[in-house]
Amino acid sequence: MFETPDLECRDISKSFDDFKAVKDVSFAVPPGTFFSILGPSGCGKTTLLRMIAGFQKPSSGDLLIKGRSVLDVPPNKRQVSMVFQHLALFPMMNIGANVGFGLRQRGVNRADIKRQVERVLDRVGLTGVADRPVDSLSGGQKQRVAIARCMVLEPDVLLLDEPLGALDLKLREHMKIELKQLQAEFNTTFVYITHDQSEALVMSDQIAVMNRGVFEQVGTAKELYYEPSTAFVAGFVGEANKFRARVQSLDAGVQMVTDQGQVLHGTAAGKALAKGDAVDVFVRPEAVRLSRDTALNGNAGQGRVENILFNGANSQLILRDQTTGAQMNVALPQTGEFRDLSVGDTVHFGWEPAQTRVYAGD
Amino acid sequence: MITREGMVEKRGVGHWFTHLGLIIGLLFIFFPIWLAFVASTVSQPEIVRPPMPLLPGDQFFENYRKALVSGVNAPVAWMMLNSLIMALGITIGKIVISLLSAFAIVYFKFPGRRLFFWLIFLTLMLPVEVRIVPTYEVVANFGMLNSYSGLIFPLIASATATFLFRQFFMTVPDELAEAARVDGARPMRFFWDILLPMSRTNIAALFVILFIYGWNQYLWPLLITTDPSMNTIVMGIKQMFPSGDDIADWPVIMATSILAMIPPVIVVISMQKLFIRGLVDSEK
Ligand SMILES: Nc1ncnc2c1ncn2[C@@H]1O[C@H](COP(=O)(O)OP(=O)(O)O)[C@@H](O)[C@H]1O
Ligand SMILES: [Mg+2]
Repeated sequence: MFETPDLECRDISKSFDDFKAVKDVSFAVPPGTFFSILGPSGCGKTTLLRMIAGFQKPSSGDLLIKGRSVLDVPPNKRQVSMVFQHLALFPMMNIGANVGFGLRQRGVNRADIKRQVERVLDRVGLTGVADRPVDSLSGGQKQRVAIARCMVLEPDVLLLDEPLGALDLKLREHMKIELKQLQAEFNTTFVYITHDQSEALVMSDQIAVMNRGVFEQVGTAKELYYEPSTAFVAGFVGEANKFRARVQSLDAGVQMVTDQGQVLHGTAAGKALAKGDAVDVFVRPEAVRLSRDTALNGNAGQGRVENILFNGANSQLILRDQTTGAQMNVALPQTGEFRDLSVGDTVHFGWEPAQTRVYAGD
Repeated sequence: MITREGMVEKRGVGHWFTHLGLIIGLLFIFFPIWLAFVASTVSQPEIVRPPMPLLPGDQFFENYRKALVSGVNAPVAWMMLNSLIMALGITIGKIVISLLSAFAIVYFKFPGRRLFFWLIFLTLMLPVEVRIVPTYEVVANFGMLNSYSGLIFPLIASATATFLFRQFFMTVPDELAEAARVDGARPMRFFWDILLPMSRTNIAALFVILFIYGWNQYLWPLLITTDPSMNTIVMGIKQMFPSGDDIADWPVIMATSILAMIPPVIVVISMQKLFIRGLVDSEK
């Protein structure tokens, strides 16, 4: 079945003077999707979002909301609403007035405003706070008020620009789950910007990874994690060990030799490779197996434990390969088998060629 | 432990000295006011006969009644009303105009925006006293001599206040303006509902400063009000001084001086809380 996307960008670009902040970005967001744009800071996320909101005009390209081009529609006439990074709650108004502000501008009558404000506050789990001042709320509650203020206008698309950035770590973890629940509750399309991959991975139905003004890959969290299509995505989403190598042969997978001289076997990803190409090789820490005394098959080596980064279920070992001197991060298996490993011990390690992703380097 | 006791003692002494210093300073400032008050409660012969009395006499009601109702040239009550109208006119006018011009300069892009800002800034260098002759000419040509508008309008344009509000508006996050805009608020709605309430401590501080500025105007009213019924109180006091061989009615003059101090004091006290907050923090 084909649905009109709630939001569609066609070759959107934005230049500031001679600097291109956003380059030919195209994507479509189906109704009810939690769509994240993930990228390092300065890659053009905010610029893209501000174009969608209507605060900036694209240099070229088209922008459609519910299938209609909105290039000439001012921000308040677009069916989009925006949660700002610092929330932008109006400081001298109480919560009810904040949430009802948009409705007042639309000339809705008082009784209706009051009813709708109460209903939306109910839905975000803040019953009966309408008369309180904004400053009486905690950070997480303010967040919910900011969302309520947008949702009361029933937008087709809600834009969120790093709304968790100002919160402390603990609250951020909590709000991730809450935001996802709110999105399901309202069943509205969310376009969510973040530079924090874990936010994007946890909450999103679809994630676009952005780098230097272009979309590198759009996909589900799983696709990005397990099948990154570019070296940037492989390095940016999740953790990975990275090697630089040169292709030796392309029969039966990729055979290559790293800059440190180790021969590896891997799977080509992204663009096609040729013999002699420089490549970037990525291996996830959890793809690496450990063994105390038997050498392992596949890509393998032997290393000295340089450091143990203990972090409960997410503990990692830092190994130094004894022959090549390369550093390797390995997730510590949770079976308890390696619990007594200590710095200075020597272990065998190895991983499958299938878990070794090879990208054309530059 | 000796050192600690020593320190406590020292702090105690320091405390006393601080207080003593403040009290002496206060007496210095307060003494002339006290003398004026005493002089306003005794009779004319008691003042001119040395030594000067230091304690209030029994003529309080008589002197103040005389000042308020008849005065010397014009009743003081009347002059105070003139002063009040002028001071409020200048204060409110300045605040309204500078709020609006700062709003325009900060939030709107229009051709010549910077030029206008610098033009406003330039007027900082041209206070009334400097441009008094041409201003008089203009006011006279408009037939505004001896009128409230003549007293008020030439003093309204204010670069200082515009500048202050501009600085404040620039600290207001852009996000607020954008949030209001997505919600469909027109610019003036944003100004009324969001910017103005946020500026209230600044407005209060300016109100106090400008009210006193307006109340204390001397030269300009002296120049353009020839009709005693348009005199303001600050210049009125000077007019009460005798010229030539007349005898000064000192108790009434002193009563007038005391009366002239009251409105600024009321304004300061009633706005004290907001005023101090406006000076101390530029609350977000
Ligand atoms: N108004 C502007 N004028 C010039 N350059 C800008 C402007 N806005 C953003 N940029 C530039 O565009 C790039 C992308 O900015 P932005 O979209 O804010 O990045 P992000 O939100 O991903 O951190 C940055 O290099 C920034 O300096
Ligand atoms: Mg940004």
